[in-house]
Amino acid sequence: MSEPLQPVIVGAGPAGIRAAERLVRSGLRPIVLDEGQRAGGQIYRRPLIDDGRSYRSRYGSGAGKAQRLHQAFEALLPAIDYRPETLVWNISAPERGNQLDILSSGVHRQIGFSQLILCTGATDRVLPFPGWTTPGVYTLGASQTALKAQGCTIGDRVAFMGSGPLLYLVAWQYMKAGARVEAVLDTAPLASKRHLLSLAAHAPRIVALGLFYGLQLQFAGVKVRHGVRPEAVLGKGKVEGLRYRRRTLKGERVETVTCDALAYGFALRPETQLADLAGCRFRFDERDRVWLPERDALGRTSRTDVYVAGDGSGIAGADAAEISGELAAVAMLQDQGNVSTDVARLLASREAILRERDILERAFPFPVDWFETVPDETTLCRCEEISVAEARRAMTAGSITEINRLKALSRVGMGRCQGRMCSAAATELLSGACGVPTGEVGRLRAQAPVKPIPLGFGGGELEARS
Amino acid sequence: MRRRISVDVAIIGGGLVGSSAALAMRKAGLSVALIDKGYCGAQASGVNYGGVRRQGRPPEQLPLSQRAHRIWPQLRAMIGIDAEYIRSGHLKLARTEKDFAKLETYAETVRDYGLGLELVAGSALSKRFPWLSAKAVGASLCPDDGHANPRLVAPAFARAAERAGVTVLEQTPVRAVAATGSGFEILAGDDIEIRCRQLVNSAGAWSDRFAAHFGEPVPLTRIYPSMVVTEPQPLRLPVSMGEQGGSFYGRQVARGNYVMGGGRGLPLADPDYSRPSVTAASSVMQRAIALFPHLAEAQVIRFWSGTEAEMPDGNPVIGPSETTSGLFHAFGFCGAGFQTAPAVGAVLSELVTEGRSTTPIEAFSIGRFRKVAVETAASL
Amino acid sequence: MSMHAQFRRRYRLDETPVPFSLNGVAETGRRGDTVLTAILSVSGRLRQSEFTGEDRAGFCLIGACQDCYVMMADGRRIRACSTALQPGMAFITGRGATAEAAHE
Repeated sequence: MSEPLQPVIVGAGPAGIRAAERLVRSGLRPIVLDEGQRAGGQIYRRPLIDDGRSYRSRYGSGAGKAQRLHQAFEALLPAIDYRPETLVWNISAPERGNQLDILSSGVHRQIGFSQLILCTGATDRVLPFPGWTTPGVYTLGASQTALKAQGCTIGDRVAFMGSGPLLYLVAWQYMKAGARVEAVLDTAPLASKRHLLSLAAHAPRIVALGLFYGLQLQFAGVKVRHGVRPEAVLGKGKVEGLRYRRRTLKGERVETVTCDALAYGFALRPETQLADLAGCRFRFDERDRVWLPERDALGRTSRTDVYVAGDGSGIAGADAAEISGELAAVAMLQDQGNVSTDVARLLASREAILRERDILERAFPFPVDWFETVPDETTLCRCEEISVAEARRAMTAGSITEINRLKALSRVGMGRCQGRMCSAAATELLSGACGVPTGEVGRLRAQAPVKPIPLGFGGGELEARS
Repeated sequence: MRRRISVDVAIIGGGLVGSSAALAMRKAGLSVALIDKGYCGAQASGVNYGGVRRQGRPPEQLPLSQRAHRIWPQLRAMIGIDAEYIRSGHLKLARTEKDFAKLETYAETVRDYGLGLELVAGSALSKRFPWLSAKAVGASLCPDDGHANPRLVAPAFARAAERAGVTVLEQTPVRAVAATGSGFEILAGDDIEIRCRQLVNSAGAWSDRFAAHFGEPVPLTRIYPSMVVTEPQPLRLPVSMGEQGGSFYGRQVARGNYVMGGGRGLPLADPDYSRPSVTAASSVMQRAIALFPHLAEAQVIRFWSGTEAEMPDGNPVIGPSETTSGLFHAFGFCGAGFQTAPAVGAVLSELVTEGRSTTPIEAFSIGRFRKVAVETAASL
Repeated sequence: MSMHAQFRRRYRLDETPVPFSLNGVAETGRRGDTVLTAILSVSGRLRQSEFTGEDRAGFCLIGACQDCYVMMADGRRIRACSTALQPGMAFITGRGATAEAAHE
């Protein structure tokens, strides 16, 4: 009755697929749980059905990598227990054994694991500003997903705003797809782009591509602006434009751009809820201004049977995710004593990517001054619809210095998304109000279920729903 | 550098009992220090179900509960917020004749305490509560019972106490405490020395350590609630609900979320911490669907648990220490202290200022466990 | 009822039509659509928020923000960005839809 426990990989993106591949190579048959309909993750996300586009058309310069990853996964299928459209919504505490609660097609199950490799990926990091909940405002990643996976643009006349290399790439992709790109509004000052010079020595291809996108957009007449801060989405119930400020040599100017959709984001934030429920220890990462599960170079966490890889263990991008997935699998095999792989080359490649990321972070810095000018009436938590003013009032009235207290007393981060869309902002707001570094106001604790589950999920005790 | 504080009363534990006691004592003119190892109201006072319920309590708790019943409507004046307190009514369902008989017996037992219980049975049930879908034999309604938001109440008491002049020390664990003959000396936090004439032990699930330290060991155990909350739903459930002989309880808050609980969470290796139990949550969810079929498609957005203290006889410990003059205990509310706590704060204030309580608390004496311990020893 | 379409299709234009209904009106999506794509290709709203009643039309599109829940006529609630469109699905996104459908 009791079958031996299998290793379980959560997530079938670049990290999860490479982790699975490495385990299969050593004769194991991992269970791969993924929330998506098709494996590939977000960067190499696949459409529900083939739409006639080539890899080149869909994934641009990443086409080769996307194709290799998808092919690698297809080849793995006979050798793994792959379960798509499966949400892992809880992990038992270490002292309660190795148990996952999963939900698939409305059916709840508990499954055990011998080891667990968490490859949970990332979402866009966003910050609130007036009007960010208006229909037609999407995350930058969402705008790319709409095009890549659904063959749609989020509007006809689209403006892009934020910080990060993705900003220029997606704007360029939209232009190629036939949308009118009304503006590219970079929140970083132009001067920060000087850091790309030092990146050119390490990663000339990245810089060349960035230049290529930027120049093509400019040649096409797209308005590209730097040092931008948004003031407000124009339009009620739908996007009609964006009013923003920007710093110029002559001082600050207020401008508007007319558009029917806006995509924005500030790099990515890791999905760490499952590592939290697994009981992994966390540390604050100064560069990404976020709490991450503690990990060694290979992906071992503080919990002996749990490993982390990919952007969910620290934002480093898809190439690094592939490497870290393989490394986490190697670490797991090493810990079982059945592999002696030389990982020096993999570690060196990952290190090189992480160094590039450091430079990119300086070229596309996080707007640390965001809350100095965000008006009080701005919605902070889009689930519970709590305003910046309400959060600030709760902070003052309750002498709050810790993020979970802010949640308890103001409901910020208490809604359906469990703070995925507002925790970065709430953390910045609270640390700013307290006058302490971002890392000193604590970490929003994850709670099961990490995503909503239907109340009627179990017709009987943990059984299929009728 | 050592910080020295000298006060009339020090209170260990900033839950709803400690923080309401602090406010009451300050209003009575005493200088007070309120000490919490974490944040005020973050433990049992903050994670409980939020029921403000008298129905179902044993008779010996009802005088205290009635006193609290008069305090709850005054929250806004006392602490600046109403904490979402409403007198929605508390409805206790009986699924069997036997359970209904128990409700009838209870109503008879507490008849003289003024709870105004209404027993409803048979076909009258669906006329009186048309929103009730579940099959039930009968029910008992306490119309003036209700619910409030537990996350808000104790912190607001603590902040009101602070505004009134109480020294509130959060994230300040008590490291040592000793009776000096004329009072107490406490070492807390990194380097805080507190001297006081009188001391209150309202440290919730951590109270037994302090009681034992003063020679009064108590059979306190820890219990962990297992709670479930849904996304906002159209308003439909007007009362707070419980079940006779069952372990389901549920209410709908003004924003629409259903807050429901039942069963127990599970402690972690460090028993200060716990997790909701998936088994308990599943049975709560199944019972919720049976009671409210319209919730079948509602999404659950969060489970939670916490740490509460339970005494073997179901009653709290409230009153003076029997070993140490100037020490008062108030803990062990068995998962049902939310409603009574503001009255316990008032009682504690009376005890330290006048040496007696105007509300009967004899049943909650810590001595009852000494007697048990002695008798057990004698019979061996 | 907002009549403008938020999304613009760029590919799969000639893909097999998939009929669905939106607030009782017959509409057509395409094979390979998510529910979100199907609805936003003919409309500008997926739901209304509980507390302010403001229109919402999704945000992250990858199942993280939980902003794209859509009420179906049969009372089910689905996350539009991660649910494939099926022929005959009926959605209610209009004002007051949440309350009415939930009381069925």
